[in-house]
Amino acid sequence: MEVIGMDDIYKSLVEIVGEEYVSNRREELYIYSQDPGMMEPHEPDYVVMPKTTEEIQKTVKLANKMKMPIVPVGGSMSLSGLVIPHHGGIVLDLKRMDNVLQVNRKSRHVVIEAGMTQGKLKAYLERKHPDLRHSIPDSPPSSTIVGNIVIHGQGRLTQQYGFNSDMVTGLEVVLPTGEACKIGTCSVTPYWFALAPLPDLAGLFLGWFGTTGIITKLGLKLYPKKKLRDAEVFVIEDPNLVPDIIFKLTHTEMTEDIVVSAQPYPLIFKDIISIIILITGDSEEELEFKRRMIWDALRTYINSNEGGFSMVPPDMKQNLLKMPSDDTTKLADVMKGGGFEYAGPIIPIEKYPQAYKKLLELTSKHGITFGHAGRVIGRSHCIMFSFAYPFNRADPDNLKRTKKALHDTNIASLDIGGVPWKPEVPAQKMIMKKMDKNTLDLMKRVKRLLDPNDIMNPGNWEAE
Amino acid sequence: MQAYAEQIHRCFRCGYCKFPSNYTEINCPSYSRFRFETYSTGGRLWLIWAWLKKEIEWSEHLAEIIFSCVTCRNCVEQCPMKFSDDIVDWIVAARRDMVEKGLTLPHIRDFLNNIIKHGNPWGTPRSKRDAWAEGIKLYKPDDEYLFYVGCAGSYEERGQRMAKTIAELLDKAEVSFGILGTEENCDGNEVYMLGEMGLFQELAKKNIQKFKELDVKKIVTLSPHGYNSIKNKYPKSRDLKIFHYTQLLLEIIQQGNLKLSELKAKITYHDPCFLGRHNGIYDAPREILKSIPGIELIEMERTRENSFCCGGGSGNFVIDLLGKSKDSPSRIRVREAHETGAEILVVACPSCMAMLEDAVKDDGLEDELAVKDISELVKKSAK
Repeated sequence: MEVIGMDDIYKSLVEIVGEEYVSNRREELYIYSQDPGMMEPHEPDYVVMPKTTEEIQKTVKLANKMKMPIVPVGGSMSLSGLVIPHHGGIVLDLKRMDNVLQVNRKSRHVVIEAGMTQGKLKAYLERKHPDLRHSIPDSPPSSTIVGNIVIHGQGRLTQQYGFNSDMVTGLEVVLPTGEACKIGTCSVTPYWFALAPLPDLAGLFLGWFGTTGIITKLGLKLYPKKKLRDAEVFVIEDPNLVPDIIFKLTHTEMTEDIVVSAQPYPLIFKDIISIIILITGDSEEELEFKRRMIWDALRTYINSNEGGFSMVPPDMKQNLLKMPSDDTTKLADVMKGGGFEYAGPIIPIEKYPQAYKKLLELTSKHGITFGHAGRVIGRSHCIMFSFAYPFNRADPDNLKRTKKALHDTNIASLDIGGVPWKPEVPAQKMIMKKMDKNTLDLMKRVKRLLDPNDIMNPGNWEAE
Repeated sequence: MQAYAEQIHRCFRCGYCKFPSNYTEINCPSYSRFRFETYSTGGRLWLIWAWLKKEIEWSEHLAEIIFSCVTCRNCVEQCPMKFSDDIVDWIVAARRDMVEKGLTLPHIRDFLNNIIKHGNPWGTPRSKRDAWAEGIKLYKPDDEYLFYVGCAGSYEERGQRMAKTIAELLDKAEVSFGILGTEENCDGNEVYMLGEMGLFQELAKKNIQKFKELDVKKIVTLSPHGYNSIKNKYPKSRDLKIFHYTQLLLEIIQQGNLKLSELKAKITYHDPCFLGRHNGIYDAPREILKSIPGIELIEMERTRENSFCCGGGSGNFVIDLLGKSKDSPSRIRVREAHETGAEILVVACPSCMAMLEDAVKDDGLEDELAVKDISELVKKSAK
């Protein structure tokens, strides 16, 4: 069919995915114009829910023909507006594609479709492979695994194995020109076990927020799931101690996850920094051994009265062990306002004290409250330091102050040597301004090469 | 409920409400059916707020979204926020605002009009309300229980079958009871959930008046919907005790007033939302089933607080906004029941009975899975 107008685009989309899964109605356009964060909304022209890679290919080809923007959407939980269709066009909600395609137990990986949620994969593994697990972030269970990978997310196994995007074993990607392309060993063999030893093409898509292609299938590393887990909480008052404590803890190689947290309310938590240490084991004996190693590593701080292990009541422990933890989500109701925004720069560990100082300074300056959690990445290779600001979406003044705080936080993050994580468009521009010129030029060339019509999630990673 | 406009923006749209507590599948019936974010609880609440702020105007599609919530309370069960208990009330409040302004869908208007004119949502004459009840006596003030049958039990063929069976069992156990016959009025549960508060209050007033006239002390309902309405939505009365029939049947069995013999069957049980999540009654139906010798009860993956609704709540057993698809909640549910290997899907609600029996036919499972009410199994075993 020769496409000429909006009606024809609608009809073509209906032909591709079926009438039930296309909408250009006001209500869908409204909801898909925004995420739960604070970025300005912008409506798409169509919302489409494909079920197969082939349907995505056809939609992308149509979008190319019409030079129409196309924005792939997972759980929409980045809170930085990364899936807001800034230039309209087609939003592709991928959540109907939520199947597990294969599990390789011995080679410990899974192949999933792009719309698989964190919650559903967790449930699937618990039921079918209870000795395997994936790295679950603390975003809600409705967030998708591919969405988390595309933003270089982190999870419960990040301290042991790096960013969740380091756990990719293969990709199927629909390129901006419509070809479906496999990346990793799956491009050569039927097996999805690794990206190496081939040239690492996955880097063309990870961290690009869907501006270079649409990931439709993902191979993901799975890890041993130990029978037991436990949580310890080490409390200190001096943020200057954090880098050294993390260095010592990671040296033990005994921990599952290390999260540093702080919050001003309730008052018993004020000025306290809690270092949450999670451990796993197949027996009580193994857990006890790990506990002992951790206590030994931190003994100097206990002896000098600079820190100590806190009592962890059963309810609190249950919360700490929950995957995903809903504590992060609950931040959204701190102001009874339905939201929180956070800059979560990735910073070197030694910059923690500066970032913490900045957090207190900025929240005081803008008259807002905060929740803070920092997740250690790798063996103290870096940390995601969240400046999380609960806001009230019904209070324009509060929204304005929170937006200003977010802006200042991004500037501060770059100033102290960090890089904003999953940056919203204004923060992307700050990063690109500071980026090495040749690197920025390389990014532009890659983008032009892959997406000649500039249809993929335009507005993101768009240099001035 | 009045304050909903000042509270509804608190939803973060985190999506916990889409799932059961272990996240296995989508557990919100309307989101499961349509998969657009608009049909999730979060999407719906954000649209209501947008409508209140006049960012979007009312449309038939908006009404379809708002009225396709079956008020099953999965969202209330799963939402991690402090306001979770209020979510269904917010949706009902928005419907009330729409209904008051005359902004609803033609088939919802017909549903409500039929109740106004005929006392039931199908528009069947009021005089036919007791057509099922030949030989069942009317309630007299010295009876112990008023058997409140409700619209589905009075007019819908499968509901009538349930009502007859329960009446027979009560007779057999020598329980003193009676019905209201043509004097019975709609209990108003669906009217309430659809937001027609004026009509609901009128129905409640008439029913309460009738209960008082007849000096009713104990009511046993056929439908969990009626149970919910009379117990939770009518003005509280210390003098009136309300039971769902599964509670009474269990008591009868435990007291030895019904002797149950062996009945070999593999069964699974579907928790009705208005019995389970709305009223916390999960054990009585299961205790009855376990008391039948030979019954093997196999639970579905989604059960009790995590049960997946049949899609019939909020009048949808008539209005059917979630129907006409292999992805309709009732069809997903019968496939889930079938996967357990059970031969019988047991229900305790006339709406669930109708929804699931239709779904079994639509899915071509008639030869492999029967849908039966608990009372039917008890009757068979009590012979």
